[in-house]
Amino acid sequence: MSRLSTAADQAFSRRGFLVASAAGGVAFGFARVLAAIDPATPGSVAAPATGPSFEPTQWFAIDAAGIVTVNVIRAEMGQHVGTALARILADELEAAWDKVRIVHVDTDPKWGLMVTGGSWSVWQTYPVFSQAGAAGRIALIEAGAKLMGVSPTACTASAGMVRAGGRSMSYGDIAKSGTVARQFTPEDLKALPLKPVKDRRLIGKPVHGFDIDPKINGTAVYGIDAKVPGMVYARPKMPPTRNGAKVLSVDESAAKGVKGYLRHLVLEDPSDTVPGWVLVIATSYWAAVKATDLLNVTWTPGPGATVTEQALLAHGVVLVAKAEGGVQLDIADDDSTPAFGNTAGQNIEQRYTTATVLHFQLEPLNALAFEKDGVFEIHAGNQWQSLILPTLAKALAVPESKVVMRSYLLGGGFGRRLNGDYTVPAALAAKALKRPVKLILTREDDVRFDSVRSPSVQRLRMAFGNDGQIQAMEHHACAGWPTQVLAGALLAKTKKGGQYDPFAIAGADHWYDVGHQSVRAVANDLANTTFRPGWLRSVGPGWTNWALESFMDEAAHHTKTDPVAFRLKLLTGKGRNAGSAPNAVGGALRQAEVVRRAAAKAGWGIALPADTALGIATSFGQERDMPTWSACVAQVHVDRATGVVRVQKLTLVVDAGTIVDPDGALAQVQGAALWGLSMALHEGTGFEAGQVKDTNLDTYMPLRIADVPDLDISFVESAEVPVGLGEPATTVVGPAIGNAIFAAVGVRLRHIPITPAAVLAELKA
Amino acid sequence: MTRFMINGRSVVTTVEDDTPLLWVIRDDIGLTGTKFGCGIGMCGACTVHVGGRATRSCITPVASVEGADVTTIEGLDPASNHPLQQAWRDLQVPQCGYCQSGQIMQAAAMLKDFPAPSDAEIDAVMTGNLCRCMTYVRIRAAIKQAVRKTAAPMAEPQA
Repeated sequence: MSRLSTAADQAFSRRGFLVASAAGGVAFGFARVLAAIDPATPGSVAAPATGPSFEPTQWFAIDAAGIVTVNVIRAEMGQHVGTALARILADELEAAWDKVRIVHVDTDPKWGLMVTGGSWSVWQTYPVFSQAGAAGRIALIEAGAKLMGVSPTACTASAGMVRAGGRSMSYGDIAKSGTVARQFTPEDLKALPLKPVKDRRLIGKPVHGFDIDPKINGTAVYGIDAKVPGMVYARPKMPPTRNGAKVLSVDESAAKGVKGYLRHLVLEDPSDTVPGWVLVIATSYWAAVKATDLLNVTWTPGPGATVTEQALLAHGVVLVAKAEGGVQLDIADDDSTPAFGNTAGQNIEQRYTTATVLHFQLEPLNALAFEKDGVFEIHAGNQWQSLILPTLAKALAVPESKVVMRSYLLGGGFGRRLNGDYTVPAALAAKALKRPVKLILTREDDVRFDSVRSPSVQRLRMAFGNDGQIQAMEHHACAGWPTQVLAGALLAKTKKGGQYDPFAIAGADHWYDVGHQSVRAVANDLANTTFRPGWLRSVGPGWTNWALESFMDEAAHHTKTDPVAFRLKLLTGKGRNAGSAPNAVGGALRQAEVVRRAAAKAGWGIALPADTALGIATSFGQERDMPTWSACVAQVHVDRATGVVRVQKLTLVVDAGTIVDPDGALAQVQGAALWGLSMALHEGTGFEAGQVKDTNLDTYMPLRIADVPDLDISFVESAEVPVGLGEPATTVVGPAIGNAIFAAVGVRLRHIPITPAAVLAELKA
Repeated sequence: MTRFMINGRSVVTTVEDDTPLLWVIRDDIGLTGTKFGCGIGMCGACTVHVGGRATRSCITPVASVEGADVTTIEGLDPASNHPLQQAWRDLQVPQCGYCQSGQIMQAAAMLKDFPAPSDAEIDAVMTGNLCRCMTYVRIRAAIKQAVRKTAAPMAEPQA
C-alpha cells in the first residue's frame, strides 16, 4: 500500500546516483558475484565482470565487455520480474538487450526496503529504473563524446553504442576507458527527461524471460536446493497451536532407532516466532522425516487450541453486526445525499463469507542457515527480507548487520514468503548446534505452519431514495489482520487515530458513486490469536471484492437493472472517483471502459442454453493509490441435479497502464484468474481444534488442468503509468462466477468456496 | 545396497531401503531438478521415468528401482532440447518453475503412449500434476506444439 511505497521511495531517493567509474570494479564487482544469483544461468551462477566496470548507480554496472548487469531487489517467484525491470532500465539506457544480465541481490542496507508483493514491483521500480537508465545514458554520451573528441550534443545513443556522425563507440569501450565521471543529485534525477512513448525500443515489446530456460532443464536453483558441506537436516515436530505452545516433555526413545538420527532440539526463541518448536536433527532428510514421526513430545497448548472455522466465522458475524468496534476509514464522502437511515426508499443488506485458504506454494518452506566469519547466512527464497531481518537478529541476539539473507528462486510465493518466519528455526538451530542446518518442512508441516488467508465475514448495506437512486452504502469487513499480527508498524491510521490493516480492507473503498459511503474494517481477534493470518495473493480484495461485486449484482437485480448497465451508471468518474495523476488518471471512467469491453467481448446479452449464463464483476485491483482496472465475465453452466458448477469461459479485460512485458503480463493474468477460479470453486479449508483440517492434496484440491476453462484475456492499450498485475485478476473471477450462477439458475451463493452441496441446498430452498 | 542406472550412469547407494528415490536423486546423487512438493505422490513435482514410465519418486522406495533405468529431467535430452523442452521455451510456460520438471517428464512419458494426445487424454494424464502458478493453458499449448513439430518431419516422407 501507499505506506510501503512511500518508504520505498524514500529509500530510493535518499541517495543520489554517484556516476563514476569504478576502475577495476573490485569493490563492487567482487561482492556482486558472490552475493547474488543470475537466474538465466545453470545453478544461478553470476559471471564475474570483465575488466574495468562503469557503475553509474547501485542499480546497474557496465563492464569492459559491454555487459550490463542490472541489480534486482525483487524476488523471482514466477513473475519474470527481473526481466521486466531490466527492460525498463535498458530502454532508457539505450542498451543492447543481448548484453543485459540480471542478478537478484542478497540483503544489504544499501538496497533500502526489500519486499516483493502487493503487485508493486513494476509500479515502484519504473520511475527509479527509468531515471537510472537515463542517467547512465547521459553519462556515457558525455564520456563517449569526450573520447571521440566531439560535442555531446552531436551524439546519440542506441543499442549500446554512442554515435556521432559516422563514428561510434561501444558502452563497453567507454567503461573500459575508466573515464566516466558524473554525479546526479536526486533533483537532477527527477528532472531527467524520459523518453517519449514512441521512442521506446524495449518496453512493450516481446521478450524471453531470463529465468525461463533453467526452469525447463532442472538447472534452476531454488531455496530447497541450497546446500553446504557439513550441513545436517532438520524437520520440525509441529506444536498443537501456532502461538504460545510450551514443551513439557520430549521422549526420543523411538526416534533414536532411526539410522541417521542425531538428536532433537527444543528451540529457545527470543523472537517468539516459533513457540513450542522441537526440531529433529539427522544426517539425511528422510531420517529426519521418519524420526520426527517417532519423536514423542507433549506440550501445553497456547490460545486457540479448540477453535473451529465455525467459531471464527460466528465471531465475525457478531462483530460486523455491532455498530461499535472496528475502524471507520476516511472516505471522501459525498454528502449531497442523506446518510444511512435517513433515506426514503428501501434498504438492502446482505452478508458474505469466505473460508480459510491455504497458500500451498509448491516448494515447501525451507531454509539453510549457518554462521560464517561471525555473520549468520540465511539461504532461502523470501519475499520480504526487510521484515524478517530484525526478527532474525532478535532471535539470534546479534545486530542486524550480522545477518545476511542470500537470494534464491522461489518455488511459489503467493504471499506466503512475505512472512519469513520459517527462516528463524533454521537460524536458531544453526546457532545452537554451531553447524549448518538445512530445515525442510514436509507438506503437512508447511500447511500447519501456513499463514493462511483468514476466513472473512462482511456485511453490506445499500439505501435507496424513493426514485430508486442509491443514497448511501455501508461495507463492514471482518477478518484476521495479517499486518497487525506480522508487521504492526505498517498499520494504517485514520485522521481520528484509528489503526487498521489496509491490506485487509482494500477493495471496499471502491470507485462507484453511491452517495454517503462508509467503510469499516474490523479485526477478527479470535483469528489473530488462533493463527498468524497471512497475505495471500490479492489479500483483502480477495474477499472484499467477493462481497462488493456480489452485492452490486444483487443491487442491480433489486433495481431491475441489467448488471452491466447498473455498474456503468455508477462508474461516472465524478467527485472522489475522478482519479488523479500520475497513477489513477481517468479514475472510474477507466473502470467503466473495462466493464464495457469485457461485456462486449463475452457477448453480454446473447441467448445461451438452459442453466447457462454470464456473470460480470469488476475491480480496481489492490488499492486506490495504484488502480489496475479489471473486469471479468464468467460463463457458467449449473447442473441442477448435482449442483456442479462448470465454468466454461472467462473473459477478462485489464487496464494496467503501460505493459512492460506483454507475455509476462499475460501469464500473470492467466495465473491470477485461475487462482480466482480455484478459490471460488475448488479450494477453501477450515479450522478444527486450532489447526487447518486439510494438510495435503488428498483433501485439499486446487484447480487442475482438466478444470481450466477457455480464457480470453486482453489488455487496454495505454501509455499511462504501469501498475500491478500479479493479483487484480484474482479478485474478479469469484464474484463473476457467483453472479453467473444467479443468472443461470436464480440462486445466490454468498460463501466461497461454492460447493455443489451449497448450490443444491439453494436450489432446493 | 541398491544399484540402478540414472541418466545412463550406474549408481550404487547404501541408504536405507525405504528411502524415497526422490531424496537419493536430490541429496545423494545431487540432481536437484526433481522436486519435492507433497510427499504423497499427488502433485507430480517429483516425476521421473523408471523404465520409461512416469513415476512419482517421492513415494518410490529406492530398493524398488534395483536394476532399473531411471531418467530425470537432467537426462531427458543431452542438450535440453527434447521437443517438449523446445515448446516449453518457445511458449514461456514456466512461472515459478518448481513443478515444471515434473510436468515435462509426465508429458514426455505420455507422448510415448499417446503420440498425438487429444484434450481429453491430456486432461486424464496431466491432471496428476499440480501447477500452483496455474500455467495450465500454456502446458496444454506446449504439448500440442511439441506434437505438431515432432509429427511434421515424419509426415514429409509420406507426402
